[in-house]
Amino acid sequence: MFDFRKIFGLDIGSKKAAKERLRLVLIHDRTTISQEKLENMKRDLIEVISRYIDIDVSDLEFRMEAQDEKVALVANIPITENNEVIKGA
Amino acid sequence: MSGKAVVITSGKGGVGKTTTTANLGAALALQGCSVVLLDADIGLRNLDVVMGLENRIVYDLINVIDGTVEFRKALIKDKRVDGLYLLPAAQTKDKDAVSPEQMKKLIEDIKTEFDYVLIDCPAGIEQGFLNAIIGADEAVVVVTPEVSSVRDADRVVGLLDKKGEIPMDNISMLVNRIRMDMVRKKEMLDVSDIEELLQIRVLGVIPDDESVIVSTNKGEPVVLNGKNHLAQAYRDAAGRMLGQDIPFNERNHSFVGTVLRFFGLAE
Repeated sequence: MFDFRKIFGLDIGSKKAAKERLRLVLIHDRTTISQEKLENMKRDLIEVISRYIDIDVSDLEFRMEAQDEKVALVANIPITENNEVIKGA
Repeated sequence: MSGKAVVITSGKGGVGKTTTTANLGAALALQGCSVVLLDADIGLRNLDVVMGLENRIVYDLINVIDGTVEFRKALIKDKRVDGLYLLPAAQTKDKDAVSPEQMKKLIEDIKTEFDYVLIDCPAGIEQGFLNAIIGADEAVVVVTPEVSSVRDADRVVGLLDKKGEIPMDNISMLVNRIRMDMVRKKEMLDVSDIEELLQIRVLGVIPDDESVIVSTNKGEPVVLNGKNHLAQAYRDAAGRMLGQDIPFNERNHSFVGTVLRFFGLAE
């Protein structure tokens, strides 16, 4: 009955962890789009960007990521060395 | 007349969909409704044993779908309460033996003659799930206060809206197997936490209680023979389904309750 750890607030209980973890995982789940859509979006983006600069498609990163309260679309698109942009032309 | 079809679903397995279907159905029948319990878990039927009607099965869902018999002929009447019927799932066929269109048509047919069709949905979100939700007007999502169950429930709510065309207003949840002792110690998610996370209306709160196991052993839904708090919790949920304004039992939070528990006079 008397749990001193709780009375002095030294132990907040696992519920808080459960709720916090769920809050983040649900934000992520709710915004997850299908793999097919993600692939299509990736293909279209590559096409558009390639019109302006040469990019290295083999090293391309493209994914949804939960960051704190929000979900971000993270894209890392390396530009090939042999490029007008880099040469400053 | 046109009744209502309500799918009992969860995403995650083992959270108590079948027990919920049996008890909500029995409670609705006790209130005077005519009810068909439809076991949509083809290949893994269990509603028959939970109801204690397994020895009376002659025809099943597949016999009805393929036109061998009319649905009325396949219904098993529960002799313990008026107006309660079971349409058992087939045990031999797999889940692909039925198409969504066939299920929708069958449920429409049953609705013309009964007040309620409660559909016991299989676990998962594959074809069997889609078949079970397609003909439903409303959904009750069964959720236990665990991380995995809450997460799956959220996924299912999204799919009910998208694939089943069941609007959010017609989706409610039944929080199952809650342990107030753990909630008080802050070692378990409370109903309000789950409500806040899932953002859906609470239809009922069912305490974790070993009498469910005893009643399943015997094949008697607790609602039919129980005067205990568990039976009352199911009756309350059924009453809310019928639009009755039934307050949630706050006994566990009251000061008197705390004092009584302290002296071991209440649970």
